[in-house]
Formats: sequence, C-alpha cells, structure tokens
Amino acid sequence: MILTNAMNRILEINEQDLYAVVEPGVITAKFAAAVEAKNLFYPPDPGSQAVSTLGGNVAENAGGLRGLRYGVTRDYVMALEFFDVNGELVKAGARTVKCVTGYNLGGLLVGSEGTLGVYNRITLKLIPPPAAKKAMMAIFSDVAKASETVSAIIANRIVPVTLEFLDNFTIRAVEEFSHVGLPVDAAALLLIEVDGHPAQVEEEAAKVEDICRRMGAMRIRIAENALERDRVWEARRAALSALSRIRPTTILEDATVPRSKIPAMIRAIEEIGKKQRLTIGSFGHAGDGNLHPTILTDQRDRNEWGRVEAAIDAIFENALALGGTLSGEHGIGTAKSRFLEKETSRATILYSRRIKAALDPKNILNPGKIIGG
Amino acid sequence: MHDMKKLGGLVREIEDQLMVCMRCGLCQSVCPVYAETGREADVARGKLALLNGLIGEMFKDPAGVSERLSKCLLCGSCAASCPSGVKVLEIFLKARAILAGYMGLHPAKKLVFRGMLSHPEIFDRLLSLGAKLQSLFIKPADELLGTSCARLPFPLAERRVMPLAPEPFHARVQSMLTEGASGIRVGFFVGCVADKVFPGVAQAVVRSLEHNGAGVFVPENQGCCGIPALSSGDMVSFRRLVRHNLERFATGGFDYLVTACATCTSTIKKLWPLFAGEFDPDEQRRIRALADKTMDISQFLVDKMEVAPAALSGEDGRDVITYHDPCHLKKSLGVSAQPRVLLRANPGYAYKEMAEADRCCGCGGSFNLQYYDVSSAIGGRKRDCIVGSGCSVVATGCPACMLQLSDMLSRNGDRIRVKHVIEIYAQSFD
Repeated sequence: MILTNAMNRILEINEQDLYAVVEPGVITAKFAAAVEAKNLFYPPDPGSQAVSTLGGNVAENAGGLRGLRYGVTRDYVMALEFFDVNGELVKAGARTVKCVTGYNLGGLLVGSEGTLGVYNRITLKLIPPPAAKKAMMAIFSDVAKASETVSAIIANRIVPVTLEFLDNFTIRAVEEFSHVGLPVDAAALLLIEVDGHPAQVEEEAAKVEDICRRMGAMRIRIAENALERDRVWEARRAALSALSRIRPTTILEDATVPRSKIPAMIRAIEEIGKKQRLTIGSFGHAGDGNLHPTILTDQRDRNEWGRVEAAIDAIFENALALGGTLSGEHGIGTAKSRFLEKETSRATILYSRRIKAALDPKNILNPGKIIGG
Repeated sequence: MHDMKKLGGLVREIEDQLMVCMRCGLCQSVCPVYAETGREADVARGKLALLNGLIGEMFKDPAGVSERLSKCLLCGSCAASCPSGVKVLEIFLKARAILAGYMGLHPAKKLVFRGMLSHPEIFDRLLSLGAKLQSLFIKPADELLGTSCARLPFPLAERRVMPLAPEPFHARVQSMLTEGASGIRVGFFVGCVADKVFPGVAQAVVRSLEHNGAGVFVPENQGCCGIPALSSGDMVSFRRLVRHNLERFATGGFDYLVTACATCTSTIKKLWPLFAGEFDPDEQRRIRALADKTMDISQFLVDKMEVAPAALSGEDGRDVITYHDPCHLKKSLGVSAQPRVLLRANPGYAYKEMAEADRCCGCGGSFNLQYYDVSSAIGGRKRDCIVGSGCSVVATGCPACMLQLSDMLSRNGDRIRVKHVIEIYAQSFD
C-alpha cells in the first residue's frame, strides 16, 4: 500500500495568479483555511473535509455542499504531477487559465480512484471570496411541494450556493440529537444560501423567498446574522451524525439525478422504503440532484440485510431510469462496480479496461476498483 | 486468576459496540496522538478496526493486542466528536480489562496498584516518606514553576517533575465536617495529585466553599478514584478503591460531591456507574447515588452558588491569564464555561483565550511514562498555544494537566506560572 499522508505541504499560494500548489496529503479543511487567510476561496467542501486529503479529493473528484454554484474538485484542478506505474514523473496541465498542451491527462486522472497513478503535486484554482451571503430555511408541510420548489428555483434562473433538502425523518433525528430548534412537524425543509455582491444577494434572496411562498412553504426563516446562519448549517451538518446513531449500520447512498427529476426521485425512495420495510432518511444536495438516501439497518440481521440490498438495487435502477448516475460524489470503488455497465455500456467498460491495461499492465494500482477485474 | 465466563461477556459487549463505528475517520481530525504520528493504528478508527479483526486473537496474542491499545491518552476527543456516538472509552477500557484479566497484570503495575494504591493508608505513608527522600534524587530546576529535575542521568532525565509537597493536604486537614450559612453541605473528594503534589489546590477548594457559605465534609483516609487501575484493566484494585471510597463517603449528609480534578470527577461520575455491574445491587445503588451528586468544583460554584464574573475595572496592565480545557472536563462532562467564569471572577487578571484551548495536553496518566516522546510532542503544541496567548499565568481544572503543563513550560524556560482555576478564584477574596 502507498500512503501519501505525510506529503502534506502547501507549497505555494499565488495571490497574483490565483492558484495554489499542494502535495496530495494536505487536509482539505486546513488548505481551505490557509487560502481564506489570504482572502481567497477554494470552494469544494466535501462533508469529510476535516479529515479528507486533497489527493483523495482529486482521486474521487469530491463534491460538497457548494457544488451547485461552484462545481466540484475537477473544476479546480489546473495541473497534476503524478508518478506512473514505472515510477516516471508525468506532468499534465499548467498554472495558466488556458492550456491545450497535450492530451488532457489531468481529466483522466481526476476521479480515477488511484487506479492510474500516484499524485505528487496538485495545482488548484482559487477564486475571490463572495462579498456577502444570506441563508434561509423554508418549511414545508408536503414533500412534493418542497421538491418542486427546488426545481422552480433553478427554473427561475437562480443558482444558490447551496440548496439542501431534509425529510421529516431526518429533521426529527437532527432535532432530537442537536436541539437546534428545527420544526419537527414539517414534512420537509429546504436550506438555501445565496452569495455574491450584497445587492445581488438581497435581490436573489427576495426572489427565492417569493418562489418558496408561491410554491406553498408554510414558513420561511431568514438568518439575520452569522450566528443564525451557522445554526442553519449546523442542522445540515448534523444530519448524518443524527441518523447514524439510530441503528447499528448506516448505508449512505448518493445516486444522483438531473435536478428537475428530484421530485420523482424523492417519491421513488419513499416507495422503496415502504416496499422493503426499511427506515430510509433522505437528505442531501437537492439543488444539484445529489440526494443522500440513508438506510438505517443492522448488518447482522440477515433478513433485513437482504431487503437493504434489494433497496440499494432499486435506488440505482430508479436513478438510471430518470437519466441519472450511480454516484454523484462518493465514487464507484468495488461496491458499485457491478452496476457500472447498466449506466454505461459493455464497450465503455472494455475501453476503460484497455486504458487500465496499457497504463498498469500488472494491475497493481488499486486493482479491482471502478471497472472490476 | 480470571473468570473466562465474565471475560466472554465483556467480549460480547465490545462486539456490539464495535458495530457502531462506520469507519468515517472523523476521529483523525481530533486525535492528539494521530496528529503526531499520522499512523492509522494510533487513531480510534484504526484501533477499533484492529480490535474488530483481532477479537478472536485477544486470547491468542493478548500482548500484541494490548500494546496496540495502550497507545491512547483516553482523552475522549474521538468520542466527543464521533458522528455515530461510538463509546470509544468504554470499548477501550473493557478491552484493557479483558486483556489484563486474561494475561494478568504487569508485575510493576501489580505492585503499585494492588500493593500500594488500593491501600490508601500504606500509599499515603510511602509517599510521605518519598517526600522526605526525594531531594536525594531530584534538585530544583525552575523556581517560578516549582519543578525539579533528576540529579543523576537516567532515562527521561530531561523531564521536569513537580516534587511531592512537604506536607500533603491530608496531614493538614485530616477530616472536616462543618455547617455553612447556605444550608448546603459539600463532600470534598481530594484526589491523589491535589493531595500529595498540589495541597494548595485542595486548600483553595475548602476556602472557596467556606467563602460561599457551604458546609464542608472531608472524610479521613480517602483513596484514589481508581482510574490508574481501571485504565490498566486492573478490575481488582478498581473495585477495592471504589468500595473504600463509597465507605468513606457513606456518612456526612452532604448534598453534592465536588473534586478539583477533572479526571477524578469524570471517573466517579461516568466510569463508576459504567462499571457498576462489577458490584452487588446495594453497592450499585450507592455508586449511582454518589455519581449523581458529583460535580467539578467550578461547576458547583457557578451553577449552584451563582458565582459570577467580577465587574471589570477597565484598568490595563493586569496580568494576562489563559485557560486550558482538561479533556475529562470538557469532552467527558461538557464543563467548559464555568471555569472561565471563575477566572473572570478575579478582577486582578485580564482573561484571554488561547488557540485550541480544548486540545489535549498529552499527559494521559501512564501514557506519559510509556510514550514520553509522543506525550512531549503533543505537550509542545499546547505550550506553543499557551505562549502564543501572551499570558503570564495558565490556569486549568485538572492537577494531572498541571503536571504536564509545568513540565513543558519549564523545559522551555517560559516565565509562565501554572495554576488551578480554584487557586485563582480563591486569590480574589484572600
């Protein structure tokens, strides 16, 4: 096994050209803080940022809460230096905004889950931070209304930074766990944040509020200050913790659909939970179609585990039928590789395997991941 | 001798709790040992995964499993931030009990725990002898901090130790039973380090209670709370010490039990009930009753006696004081606001937060002896944060942390005093 955790230096934060060069073992949150100290911004914020490394983020093409407006890790990788399987150093990309020199090897390596090379240095794009932010919570008595509101906001040409969904089961679990004052009678919540120039933030926030009301929100709470804003996000961050404490085993999925299909996907998950008699809490990045249906179970209960596996299959099938994808940000690994052909094609798998065989003939780099074999 | 049936029961309890870890690895972001070593085997997730895989090995290679488990401060940082609520300390303590129960204790630990610690009278006599003889082996190193260092070169000679006090608290106050104007009476569990190294802390507790009109009950011949034995898996000594202390505090008619030691408080309040299954039903009832009454001294003074911050005179040039959160106060018991209130109740100091105030100091009891290099590296970070605050005094709520902070600051020649919160508070009315 190769560990790159000790390669944890931030080599450069360039304030003129807005990029940073890092080694793969740098912890994401520490990097984000170092960048912020220079009044710059690195947007990708995966939920595990306190422990995830930038090398891991690149290998998984990690997303996060801000993906809706700011995109994912791939959108910030300007250049990559990596060792191939023979230990030769390969260079891809540049520290320039534009670069068309050679094959886009960086594009191939991002999200390759460690199957094609070992990162040595990563050059990441930085952007100026937004001048203002505003967060709000819209409370719904009906799941369908909440999910339709998500689609309506996007359809009205507003792209919030974050547009998160929590279902009633998740709301109750969070409230019981962290007592942040969530409405436990609500069927669903949307947590929304807009950012940008102060005037634009005011205007967009007013529009979002108006859309939420028209779509049937019972109440809307707007965070008046940083403390209230933190409370809103504290509730969201507590979701997985709160859910995972309920049963011994937590299965967190991340099947993703085009955002207009969010209402259909939420309905499908509800039906799957009922049919398989399972507890499924749904929350996630509704704005970018990336939901996290979370199945609460006990792996030691054989009967229930069989139903869990059936539910996972059904979730994937529904996501694909809606034109979605198996995984939005968690990766394929070994657990999902058997579903890959369903989403793509036999030819896609064979093409990928030929690439893998050419670059790693002895199959020693993370064998078995993504494309099986 | 070990009772295999009982050990088997403990193994099953651990297996159930191990299931709860979902391997997310968030413990990596808070584990002080992992921050130094970067080794997966040193963080809770790695240890839990090892334990899960090794549960069958526990009786085949107990020494190997034991060594992997012992490299842990038992600071509870991982448990406090675990999304799934894995009871990490409970698992580790039970695993240590299984291993010690199966392998038997290390002879040195057996001598210390069974021969000395669990007989408080013998322990007290030995250490008062030690206080008289210690100057043969150590010499004063730092007048401001009051630390000493070894006279002769031997392993760990660079260490700065706090010497045993010439007169322990129990020699000055054998026992006490007073009434107070408030009508509230408080039992005071002194704890070994406060009694034998920092008797001034114990005296400040008594004065603070009296100052606030609380009656005080101090029974004679108190014992250790049992944590050194429990963290080495020595259930025999642990049971003996709990029973001894239950007996000491069976009378006195007190409303609350306070200690000035974060570790003693969390042991009595959390760990005694957790291991109550080791006792008979009547003892279990008494353990729970005592645990319910137990609180940290700052928690008692602020929450029950309503001590409040002093009105600020606004004058500058006061000494700057900062506060280090002991893990067993903040992470185990959730007590962090009250000690800061007590510090602010003394108008003679300007209070300033240090960076990462709740980061472990790296002491961890016997961890400090077994892994002095890792312990010092963790302590070095703490020292940097203390110095960075620009303070002239660092206060904390645990005598064990005081030992570690004194060692770290003294070795660096920093002109910063180490005090207990209660000493600073008591200064305000002395």
